[in-house]
Amino acid sequence: MAELKKPLPIPDGDSHVFWQGCKENKLLIQKCNDCSKHIFYPRILCPHCFSEKVEWVESTGKGKIYSYTIARRGGGPAFKDDAPYAVALIELDEGVRMFSNIINIDVEKVKCDLPVEVVFEEQEDFILPKFQPIFN
Amino acid sequence: MSIKNAAAIVGVGDVELEKGKVKDGQSVLQIQAIAAKRALEDAGLTKDDVDGIFVAGLWGLPGVGSFPSVILSEYLGIQPRYTDSTQIGGSAFEAHVGHAAAAIQAGLCEVALILYGSTQRSEKSRSLAGRPPVLTAQYETPFGLPSPAGSYAMAANRHMHQYGTKPEHLAEIAVATRKWAQLNPQATLRDPLSIDDVLNSPMITDPLHLLDCCLVTDGAGALVIVSAERAKDCRKKPVWVLGQGESHSHWSIQAMPDLTVTSAAQSGKTAFEMAGVTHDEIDVVQIYDSFTITVLLTLESLGFCKPGEGGDFISNQRTAPGGDFPMNTNGGGLSYAHPGMYGIFLLIEAVRQLRGECGERQVKDAKISLVNGTGGTLSSTSVVILGRD
Ligand SMILES: [Zn+2]
Repeated sequence: MAELKKPLPIPDGDSHVFWQGCKENKLLIQKCNDCSKHIFYPRILCPHCFSEKVEWVESTGKGKIYSYTIARRGGGPAFKDDAPYAVALIELDEGVRMFSNIINIDVEKVKCDLPVEVVFEEQEDFILPKFQPIFN
Repeated sequence: MSIKNAAAIVGVGDVELEKGKVKDGQSVLQIQAIAAKRALEDAGLTKDDVDGIFVAGLWGLPGVGSFPSVILSEYLGIQPRYTDSTQIGGSAFEAHVGHAAAAIQAGLCEVALILYGSTQRSEKSRSLAGRPPVLTAQYETPFGLPSPAGSYAMAANRHMHQYGTKPEHLAEIAVATRKWAQLNPQATLRDPLSIDDVLNSPMITDPLHLLDCCLVTDGAGALVIVSAERAKDCRKKPVWVLGQGESHSHWSIQAMPDLTVTSAAQSGKTAFEMAGVTHDEIDVVQIYDSFTITVLLTLESLGFCKPGEGGDFISNQRTAPGGDFPMNTNGGGLSYAHPGMYGIFLLIEAVRQLRGECGERQVKDAKISLVNGTGGTLSSTSVVILGRD
């Protein structure tokens, strides 16, 4: 039986800088030079003001959990053995939201508004941005 | 510009299911043809009267494009002069009603046929896997979010966090909907259900249990909408399109501005203003119930209660038979059927209620019904308000 591989991102013109940043352990998001808003996911123009003057900036990598779910059965066969695991929407300090997993925590303790920080995790040839609780 | 009273639904049709499956292994084309024929017979019209076709499908011929509206028209022997294959998920059919009414008002067609069918249960084609990790899905699928349930679960968790909503509130919706299903011989699940049954059913993706999630079934449905002039000659009394609105706020839940408010806030406002009716005048509502949380968020977004008060609003089985807010009277996507996209079945049930054809589950003197469709991951919404003379 063939091993079920987890889906890895297929980079394109919008995203290759983002995924390359992850390889260098940098969480890159975009900022609009006209309206000053931050943008994620990356785009060729600003969805707030349609300016093409968007530039890459490094995020602090810190934020909090806006919401989350615990996948008890996995999101398809490739994730079945990992269940239960936490998938969350992280709201970064810059104001944008992104999907990720919350790791290095008992999944039963994941909750909304929990402060988290990015931690880069290798998966085959990719580095994915994951998040862990900030321990004071 | 308003489409109020420009068009009426005069025919509805669907097909029987056995344990959620179509009979005799019928194909997705066969079941839609049967539903279309039944809807036209219901209206007292023939297929040669049809000059507008409205189709949204998840099926198609493998290859470049899917072309369900074109393939199905060919199969039925219909060459339309107006065609619309708007595909915004489960709310597509509520959008089709508005589009058909507008086309009829503009004189672009007179007799519109809206169609949907799916054999997803027979084909066992559904899983919790996300979409291939390309384009905007590359930021989502690699993290294993169950699709689409995980997105709805995130909305539920956010609502619980902000407002103190409880899993028991969501379970109330599943239980009330099951009570309606028990009155509908066509419903897939008709066994008694308690709040504890819902809470004790397996957790799929927190906080949504198995019984917070809609069924996975086959199904087919059809609607016939005609001009006011043509409605005079039809077999059944007209059910008028009083108002309609549509919108979408995001595709991925990552881009949803506020996980507790759907775009029904906008599509509902448009529909209410067009219809010129108030919330109190609605006799029966059909609210898309892909998940229990979908209903709760939609009731708030439509303004039936204030933000955060949805849990209290539906408590004490208020939406069940005998309650003062009859909702999802066929048993809903939770207990009647949910063939991938469910929006057309909400409309069919609303029409049958307004005609007084619902037997044991009939809501007495129902004159005005609100129908809401929701598609994607709380992404698209469309609201239709229907009324009889
Ligand atoms: Zn901008």
